[in-house]
Amino acid sequence: MAVDTDKNSYTVLFAGIMVLLVGSILAFLASGLRPNIQENERFEKQQNILYAMGVNENGDDAGSVNFIPTEEVEGEFTNFIKEQLVIDENGNIEKNDDAFLIDLKKQLAAKKKGKPFQLPLFIGEMNNNKYYVIPMYGKGLWDAIWGFVALDNTMTVQGVYFDHKGETPGLGANIKMRYFMDDFSGESIMDGTQYAGIAVAKGNNDPLNNTKDDNEVDALAGATITGNGVAAMIKESLNLYKDYLETIRVK
Amino acid sequence: MALLTKKDAGLILDPLADNNPITIQVLGICSALAITAELEASIVMSIAVVFVLGVGNVVISLMRNIIPSKIRIIVQLIVVATLVIIVDQVLKAYAYQLSKTLGAFVGLIITNCIIMGRFEAFALANGPWKSFLDGIGNALGYGVILIIVGFFRELLGSGTLLGYPVFGDPIMKTGLYATGYENNGFMIIPPAALIVVGIIIWVQRSRNPVLVEEN
Repeated sequence: MAVDTDKNSYTVLFAGIMVLLVGSILAFLASGLRPNIQENERFEKQQNILYAMGVNENGDDAGSVNFIPTEEVEGEFTNFIKEQLVIDENGNIEKNDDAFLIDLKKQLAAKKKGKPFQLPLFIGEMNNNKYYVIPMYGKGLWDAIWGFVALDNTMTVQGVYFDHKGETPGLGANIKMRYFMDDFSGESIMDGTQYAGIAVAKGNNDPLNNTKDDNEVDALAGATITGNGVAAMIKESLNLYKDYLETIRVK
Repeated sequence: MALLTKKDAGLILDPLADNNPITIQVLGICSALAITAELEASIVMSIAVVFVLGVGNVVISLMRNIIPSKIRIIVQLIVVATLVIIVDQVLKAYAYQLSKTLGAFVGLIITNCIIMGRFEAFALANGPWKSFLDGIGNALGYGVILIIVGFFRELLGSGTLLGYPVFGDPIMKTGLYATGYENNGFMIIPPAALIVVGIIIWVQRSRNPVLVEEN
């Protein structure tokens, strides 16, 4: 017997079964894949932190961003990152070896609501130099942007890593290209005694970024809002860590 | 017996040229504007659409006799959204780097009108095998245009192809840039895609006057 697919009762039944079926498939898939996805995200975070402090597989080819291999990242992370700190809302500093697992987005949301929060910070060592790696989180044009900035105790940037969720390919998405990120190395985040951050400036007539003491890097063509987002993210993140940075800054 | 009859082969081959989804059916224009600033993005998006449209057409075709007509668009949306989420999650679990490269593109497939267009125009009226071929053919036809547009936009806009410098270094002024050549900044913004697609339509219609609509 042919079913009358135009009947209201059939339509409701069909919609109900479809929702149940699709919901079950997706829930089953999500719970099955969650451990793998979480592991991948953890490795990625470790790779990003190491990248910011200059531990990566970048060759001479200026176009490519290469992380250290996923298989090695856990070992290298413990080799290079000597201390993981957590700073709470009262400015107390604690050591915590799982600080890199802290989700900065959630902590910033808690801070906004006036609830207790924890800010992670990583201290790395390479060639007898100390690197203070600060995580960052901000807004691009379409969605979230985030990253890490590695400083030394003179508040000079040693390296950065930026990433984004949905910036426009070829335009804002280029914040994670090496030619943009490399420009930040050597810039000072201080303007005198003020934490000035680094502006992403249009038409600063310094495309090679030879001038390192102007708190400015060259902007990306066609990505003004994403570039401004990066500058705002750096400034706001540094402000959160200002008190701690003051204790290590060589004046 | 040949694997594909002449009609079946037509389902795959027609969308590549004379019934191209972008240039003739005018479907999927928005994503052609949005993501073709780089060749790599165009290729990745094309592959993802081949999968989603191929499988989606089969699913819709299998369900075509039981879908209530009143909610058929919603059902189609659910099918494509489910497929897109499955692709996204599996990539995140087993090919994390690739899923990072895909980024926003996987999500963009949900809003790609080629998918809904082909569900409506073909899969709801034809069997699974024919629908599969139609899905693959149309996705490939879409991919061909995306790749052509991506090629010209990346080459002329950034002087690179798949990220590799082709014309030299624009900052150090080497290669072609030493002769005074400059990258065309217009090519990396979306309106440039409209012009490239327009040129492709122009070339296609002047080579094949049958495609030109009569006034």
